[in-house]
Amino acid sequence: MGRIQQVFARLQGEGRKALIPFITAGDPDPGLTVPLLRTLVRAGADVIELGVPFSDPMADGPTIQRASERALAKGVSLRQVLSLVATFRDEDRTTPIVLMGYANPIEAMGVGAFAAAAAAAGVDGVLVVDYPPEESADFAAALQRHAIDPIFLLAPTSSDARIAEVGALASGYIYYVSLKGVTGSATLDVAAVAARIPEIRARTGVPVGVGFGIRDAATAAAVARIADAVVVGSRLIEEIERSAAATACDNVLNLLSGIRQAIDAAAPATGEP
Amino acid sequence: MAVHDHDLPDATGHFGPYGGVFVAETLIAALDELREAYAAAQRDPQFLAEFEHDLQHYVGRPSPLYHARRWSERLGGAQIYLKREDLNHTGAHKINNCIGQALLARRMHKPRVIAETGAGQHGVATATVAARFGMECVVYMGAEDIRRQAANVYRMKLLGATVVPVESGSRTLKDALNEAMRDWVTRVADTFYIIGTVAGPHPYPMMVRDFQSVIGRECIRQMQEQCGRQPDAVIACVGGGSNAMGIFHPYLAAAGVRLIGVEAAGEGIASGRHAASLTAGQPGVLHGNRTYLLQDENGQIIETHSISAGLDYPGVGPEHAWLKDSGRAEYVGVTDGEALQAFHDLCRIEGIMPALESSHALAYAGRLAPSLARDAILLVNLSGRGDKDMHTVADKSGIRF
Repeated sequence: MGRIQQVFARLQGEGRKALIPFITAGDPDPGLTVPLLRTLVRAGADVIELGVPFSDPMADGPTIQRASERALAKGVSLRQVLSLVATFRDEDRTTPIVLMGYANPIEAMGVGAFAAAAAAAGVDGVLVVDYPPEESADFAAALQRHAIDPIFLLAPTSSDARIAEVGALASGYIYYVSLKGVTGSATLDVAAVAARIPEIRARTGVPVGVGFGIRDAATAAAVARIADAVVVGSRLIEEIERSAAATACDNVLNLLSGIRQAIDAAAPATGEP
Repeated sequence: MAVHDHDLPDATGHFGPYGGVFVAETLIAALDELREAYAAAQRDPQFLAEFEHDLQHYVGRPSPLYHARRWSERLGGAQIYLKREDLNHTGAHKINNCIGQALLARRMHKPRVIAETGAGQHGVATATVAARFGMECVVYMGAEDIRRQAANVYRMKLLGATVVPVESGSRTLKDALNEAMRDWVTRVADTFYIIGTVAGPHPYPMMVRDFQSVIGRECIRQMQEQCGRQPDAVIACVGGGSNAMGIFHPYLAAAGVRLIGVEAAGEGIASGRHAASLTAGQPGVLHGNRTYLLQDENGQIIETHSISAGLDYPGVGPEHAWLKDSGRAEYVGVTDGEALQAFHDLCRIEGIMPALESSHALAYAGRLAPSLARDAILLVNLSGRGDKDMHTVADKSGIRF
């Protein structure tokens, strides 16, 4: 059983929901990435999504794009991201790391070479934003050969047929995009999300995380009542952006700890495991 | 069964290994809706008749085929014929595609259209058709391009469009495209995204090519009428590649006709300051399709350079990538300096001021013609007029207005 499956199995046994923070590797400086990852674990992260910077992050809002630009200005490459993961993994053998990024840096390295290098570094899952299922059968197979979970997005506009198509390829968890828009958008309609989660879970057989638009503890708690995992990204990056390097970890710890407490305090909805 | 170049893309939008649908899940439903609507429109005689009608009465088609007799004489070789897309309404081939997509938007009941633009030509064409069809229009344009193309920005505003400056990334065309995609994903219910070139996710490369293919179809008829035969080679500039696909596509099945795409070699390929994706790039994934891209060894997209803003793009339409690999088309480079020389030559010798984009195709024709017999025929797509480029040309000549 992979690290991601272990996490969700353990949480299910405890009646808790997963907290999945997202930060961009190398933002604001590669030297801060491993300390930030450790901070996220201290604050209660169950899984960490680590963004791979890309020059043209089409599906991201301005906050994550700026994070990408800051990292690229420091020369951060996919290879360096993998070496940051390896450094983190030396000390933390349990917290799953999911890389999230775009296809081109991976294709530049070569899909097979990437899958092998990611496995060696201790990566547990990979979400490529611009690889929808119809373009990623080979990629998903390459990842699974190295026991890495291919993570896929689903959206409010995804048809039942697509949900099933994603379910056939996905393992680890599904990332449900809670609204129409890009990362960091402002509002999230919890009731609308709640209506979709059970059918996605039923059709795919993997846990469902919800992200995009979760900006505070109250929204995180509301999402925790209906989903298996809560993804928080842009809000954390804003915190890193406005912090001095010396205080970034402390500020992120405070923010994420509050969200963790709110998630744990949220009672699971009836019928949930 | 053999797959012919002219049968592509396949049902899933692929041209061999290129093309496809490389977008986030949030855009898939919109692309499905577009693909179905376009397939239905193609089978609808009323849609086709409306498109035909607007091309004739609003755009001014067919555009003339013109024998550049004096220039051919000076070059002392092949006869050069110019397809005069510069004489279209709004001054370039871009309007053909915008008419087609605006008609489709209206059919799909989308009251709002958005577009990306680099030099502003596609933005102007989109603003024009939006005014013509009474649609709200928002054009995304890199802040750097807005600075360089003030006149086109004002043209768009006169036509009622909102021009949104894009401050992210390199603040040029590719960033405007990213921003337009973000707008679309956020307002997908009421918004139609009019992409200006044969790139992006399926069905855009196919659809834009189809709308632009009127150029090549007219050429086949006009060449037969004027010369009694088809040309030895067809030459067109390639940025994203829509004018080139428009003139190439009807000729793909004509095996005896060479197809030559001319990329912007900028300050020379060796200088690294160019926009020649097919000549100097590697396959990768950007803006929804797999194609040749200018990228660094880590797969980051690099900034490009061309004197011509319309060619200043790090990717290229996936069908061109396929035609390069299959060998059906050849792709060559022309530098800023060569394009400028062709611009001046056409002004002085034929009394036609070509766009700097089109000047790349002209420059290559000028290079090729002297090596060919006097009865050889070169067909050049004169894709746009050069009025918009007067400031750039004057700058290069050290002249200030």
